[in-house]
Amino acid sequence: MAERLGALGRLRLAARLLARDWRAGELRVLAAAMVVAVASLTTVSFFSDRVSRTISREANQLLGADLVVVSQQAIAAAYAKRARALGLDITRAVRFPSMAQHDGESLLTEVKAVGEGFPLRGHLRIRTAPDSPAFEPGRVPEPGTVWADERFLRRLDVAIGERITLGERAFTLAAVVIEEPESSVGFLNLGPRLMFNEADLESTGLITVGSRVSYRLFVAGPEQAIDRYRVFAEQRLAPGERLEDIREARPEINSALDRAERFLGLSALLTVILAGVAIALAARRHLQRHLDGCAIMRCLGASQGEILWLHLLQFAMAGLLAATLGCAIGFAAQQVLAGLLAPLSRVPLPPAGWQPVAHGFVAGVVLLLGFALPPLIALKKVPTLRVLRRDIGMPDGLGLSAYLLGAAAMAGLVLWQAQDLKLGGYVLGGVIALVAASAAVTAGALALLARLVSGAGFSWRFGLANLRRRAVGSVIQVVALALGLMALILLTLVRNDLLASWQSSLPPDAPNRFLVNVQTEQRQAILEFLGARGIEPPKLHPMVRGRLTAIDGRPVSSRDYVDERAKRLVDREFNLSWAAQMQPDNVIVAGRWFAPADHGRAVVSMEEGIAETLGIELGDVLSYDVAGVPLEVEVTSLRKVEWDSFRVNFFVLAPPGVLEDYPASWVTSFHLPRERGALMDELVRTFPNLLVIDVAAILEQVKRMIDQVVRAVEFVFLFSVIAGLLVLFAAVSATHDERRFDAAVMRTLGAQSRQMRAAQVAEFLFIGALAGLLAALGASATGWAIAHRILNVPYSIEPTVWLAGLAVGALGVTVAGVLGTARVLRTPPMQVFRAAA
Amino acid sequence: MSERLNGAIVRATGLTKQVATGSHSLTILDDVSLEIEPGEAVAILGASGSGKTTLLALLAGLDTPSTGKVYIDGRDLFALDEDGRARLRRDRVGFVFQSFQLLPALTALENVMLPLELSGVPEARARAEAVLRRVGLGERLDHYPRQLSGGEQQRVAVARAFAPEPQLVFADEPTGNLDAATGETGSTLVMVSHDERLAARCPRRLRLDAGRLDGRANG
Repeated sequence: MAERLGALGRLRLAARLLARDWRAGELRVLAAAMVVAVASLTTVSFFSDRVSRTISREANQLLGADLVVVSQQAIAAAYAKRARALGLDITRAVRFPSMAQHDGESLLTEVKAVGEGFPLRGHLRIRTAPDSPAFEPGRVPEPGTVWADERFLRRLDVAIGERITLGERAFTLAAVVIEEPESSVGFLNLGPRLMFNEADLESTGLITVGSRVSYRLFVAGPEQAIDRYRVFAEQRLAPGERLEDIREARPEINSALDRAERFLGLSALLTVILAGVAIALAARRHLQRHLDGCAIMRCLGASQGEILWLHLLQFAMAGLLAATLGCAIGFAAQQVLAGLLAPLSRVPLPPAGWQPVAHGFVAGVVLLLGFALPPLIALKKVPTLRVLRRDIGMPDGLGLSAYLLGAAAMAGLVLWQAQDLKLGGYVLGGVIALVAASAAVTAGALALLARLVSGAGFSWRFGLANLRRRAVGSVIQVVALALGLMALILLTLVRNDLLASWQSSLPPDAPNRFLVNVQTEQRQAILEFLGARGIEPPKLHPMVRGRLTAIDGRPVSSRDYVDERAKRLVDREFNLSWAAQMQPDNVIVAGRWFAPADHGRAVVSMEEGIAETLGIELGDVLSYDVAGVPLEVEVTSLRKVEWDSFRVNFFVLAPPGVLEDYPASWVTSFHLPRERGALMDELVRTFPNLLVIDVAAILEQVKRMIDQVVRAVEFVFLFSVIAGLLVLFAAVSATHDERRFDAAVMRTLGAQSRQMRAAQVAEFLFIGALAGLLAALGASATGWAIAHRILNVPYSIEPTVWLAGLAVGALGVTVAGVLGTARVLRTPPMQVFRAAA
Repeated sequence: MSERLNGAIVRATGLTKQVATGSHSLTILDDVSLEIEPGEAVAILGASGSGKTTLLALLAGLDTPSTGKVYIDGRDLFALDEDGRARLRRDRVGFVFQSFQLLPALTALENVMLPLELSGVPEARARAEAVLRRVGLGERLDHYPRQLSGGEQQRVAVARAFAPEPQLVFADEPTGNLDAATGETGSTLVMVSHDERLAARCPRRLRLDAGRLDGRANG
């Protein structure tokens, strides 16, 4: 047979066998597992792709573009040329601080000359009369006119229609800017703001050699073109030039985007695991049922190779069909999801890409082959004697070792899906630990049972003895159930906790204003000023400015660094601060926080990101120049900082008693209710040296991102639930055939339904309770690790989850098991024997 | 429901079994009636496909007929539900399958103990051990079916059928000797076989041909 069948013949035979199996209902569980696996993976993949693209695009609204080329000199024409060649939209702006005059009064203003088309992303809204509604003008100021923000109008006491002077040129104030991209990005925007047409720039005579000017080229367009442009620009950047995107511009947004992607990734990971488990169980059962067929085929003269090929082809065909269907369902589901999410988003969702399809498809086929291949290889070794003796010839490949290749395939997929070694590692570690612990605990419990049940009633004894006798099957069942339940528990209880703690990390009264440049002698007055106006006095943090001059005795220069951010960091002055207590949004990742004994010692704690950028390690001695006085400090800890907490944070912190003698200013952040914006003008009039930074827009943006991700995770969760239920079903049906046969024999011997059901309940209760408890413990541990090590949100382990896991596991598995085997008890025994013969 | 006639322990009337095969229906048993007295040993002979095993399964209540009735010790088997039939088997009937149908997860001893445990017999283990010793398997009590030869497996199956000392034993194509077991328990034996030599040991023989009982063969 082997030699006579050509490739085409094999294919045809495999297709016929597949059709027969399908007709006989043999393939349904396996196909369902495949379809759900691929559908959920594709949905998650489609969706996270589209959502993360939307979220970044939405965040780009704050920047006014997808990318900004920033330079201290006029930007080379090549940048604009390349952008146009790639079909991207561009516009320009020139930003600089300047004095604006009105009626003999002067005000330091942040001035911006903008080109036609500004902004490329986000919204510019103005008002042309004091009480008229704000609108989007769709253009920039006419030559000869300026638009300014409310602060400018109040501080200079100027009204729409009046004249102001900028350098050598007089302008008419034509409108008030209500909303503008860029307004909260970058720390240059400290003062009141004003914009005019770039055509007027030269006539002001303000741009001279040595002026502090920032030239900006805004670029926006389709993602792929932007990605290509980014590559081009990064290679071309000269000293004094840099590329800005929203992630780089705002650490808060970056931090939140990272977390959003991780949340989505986590849901997808768990779906992969659930799907893998369901496929593994279904493949095992499918192959078990084909043992006889294989033995007969071998009797009829099929070679081992022939059997392997036929089944492989059969699996490949089934896999392709199921994967295709899964992709189609995934695509439809994510369209529904996109529809649900549209109202939450301020920009339209980008169209779905094709990669998710490939992603889901490959993942499904890899899982199928990973779990089906080892048993398939074992299948070809079925002894021909099995035709005569059905009780022999269960090949070794159907034992635990068969899962190794599948587990490896799943591990690979998890790491690929996670796109993040750390997250993937934690999830995989949790899964491996759970598998090992479940196997060990189950084996131990079964051994213990042997002693405990001797005094129990017949049904209990029989049911639990069954578990012990089918030890390998029981262990596999408990492990599979524990995995499925753990994923479900992680996705329900733990997910809620994680999302809630993320959301609560930004409460409604999260700080939305930063107050900078408070002088030491002003502290009391400012706190009293705020307190008298109903604002809870915030904590003031000291700030000492110092330039980094050497690391471990090696002089530091921006020329030593390739990284643009590192160059800028070295060129500018660092903000150093001191504190005895660490802030709650900081976590030590290396070394240790200051003990009371460290107070007065020349040591510092550094933020890990900046340490990495500058190549600073624990134990390095840093030399600073603080207002002309040298200062040497040793790095004794590295901290991770939650920038999206919107609290004041510092890259470098010393213990008390080190920096107090250096000149310091103070900084704080606090929440200002939206309707009390005018309070800040009063504050700045009272204390003219203060700088107020408004981060309300960024705060809003981060909150909106969190809401979007929470919705998305909730939807993706639906799929995980389906996959989880499928695992339960597959695990319960894994021993279905054995149970059917046992029940028929027992019926013949006169067993009552009550006795058989009691025996089954005993079995299922034990398996379910054990799996549920293990799953809950695993979910708690994994949730804790994910919260603390990956997402950096507070999370406390709830022992009630364990109880819930035990109860849900015992109840769910028993109900599913008893329902699943109910028909067994109603079938006349001879029908079972005939089917098995 | 109880109908005791002539003291027969098994009485079948008009037993017919049809199975659907696509658009047609196939008649496996056709209007079979018979009576078996307590203590009798009866062989049902017939070629392969004559419906022997189906008849045996119906007499033991392991399957349901299309029409007809079976009375065991005067009780209408098919007026009972699955549980009722199982209870009746538990109390009165043993069964030896052609393919033994031992539970692979249980040892020889546990397989034999099973019907005793189901009936709540207190000394199940001792009795099962005694029966296994009687069939020559005293040394193999803790062996699993897959560790036993075909002949040994059949002896376990026989021991399992006879251990509860049933009034009635059905045997499907037994290859070994059932005499020892039946002799001691005084059970009624109904066996089906295609083997004339084996059947010759039974005083009474019935012949099935294409689903119909051949009256002439009644010995």
